[in-house]
Amino acid sequence: MLEAKHVEGMHNKHKVLLYTLTTCGWCRKTKALLQELSVGYDYIDVDDQEGGNKELAKQEVLKWNPACSFPTIVLDGKDCVVGFQEDKIRELAAE
Amino acid sequence: MSRIPNERVAKVWERLALEARDAGYSVNPDDAFASELVRGLLENETRYGYRACPCRLASGVRERDVDLVCPCDYRDADLDEYGACYCALYVSPEISRGEKTATSIPDRRPVGGPTAHPREMEQVHVAGLAFPVWRCRVCGYLCARPQPPLVCPVCKAGKERFERFM
Repeated sequence: MLEAKHVEGMHNKHKVLLYTLTTCGWCRKTKALLQELSVGYDYIDVDDQEGGNKELAKQEVLKWNPACSFPTIVLDGKDCVVGFQEDKIRELAAE
Repeated sequence: MSRIPNERVAKVWERLALEARDAGYSVNPDDAFASELVRGLLENETRYGYRACPCRLASGVRERDVDLVCPCDYRDADLDEYGACYCALYVSPEISRGEKTATSIPDRRPVGGPTAHPREMEQVHVAGLAFPVWRCRVCGYLCARPQPPLVCPVCKAGKERFERFM
C-alpha cells in the first residue's frame, strides 16, 4: 500500500496531495513554499517507493497527469496542478 | 537522507559548471538549487548506474533512459524555447546573469520515453562518402569517422548518444 507522509500546517482548507521525486528541484521548491506558507499537505516520493509500490505510485500519477511529470499536485481529490506554479500554491494559503 | 557527501556534490558541480562554460553553455546561478540537482544526479547514478535527469522518473533500465541521461536529449530545445532545461540545471545566458529567472516548464520527452514511440531519424543518403557521419543527439555535433567518439567533444555525452546522420 502507498503511504503518504504528512506535513502539518496552519492552512488546511484544501486537501493537498503531492506526488514528488526526492531528487527534483521543482518538487523541493514546491514543498518548501508550502511549508513557508504553512499549508498542510501529504506527499508521496515516487522515486523512493520500494518494489511494486513504485509502479503503483506511477499509475496514480498517470491518472491525474498523463505526462507523469513532477510535481503533480492533487487538490481535494479533484483538481490537478502540474509543475511548480508559485501563484497556485500561494492561493492555497489565501483564505 | 541523501547518501552523497557534500564534498562530492561540490566537486562534481564545480567540474560540471566548468565543462558547461567551456562548451558555451550556462548553468543555474542559484548555487543551492543547482547543487541539489547535482546531488540528485549522483543519487540517480548510485540508484540506477547512470545520471538520469533528477526531475524525471527513470525506469532503471539504461537502454530506455539513454535520452534522459544528463545532459538530456531535450536540453538544447528547451534552452531555445524556455531559456532553461527541464530541471533548470542548464539555463540561458540571461538567466545565468540573473536578468531573468528559470521556471518550471512542460516536459517535451514523449511519455514512456522515445523507445515507447521509436523515431527513426531521417538519414541523408549520400553516395561515395569516405566515412559515415555521426550526429550527437544532445548538442548536434557532427563528425565523419568509422565510429562515433567515446565522448562528444562538445557536450561530453557518451558514444551511445550518437546516431547515424549521413
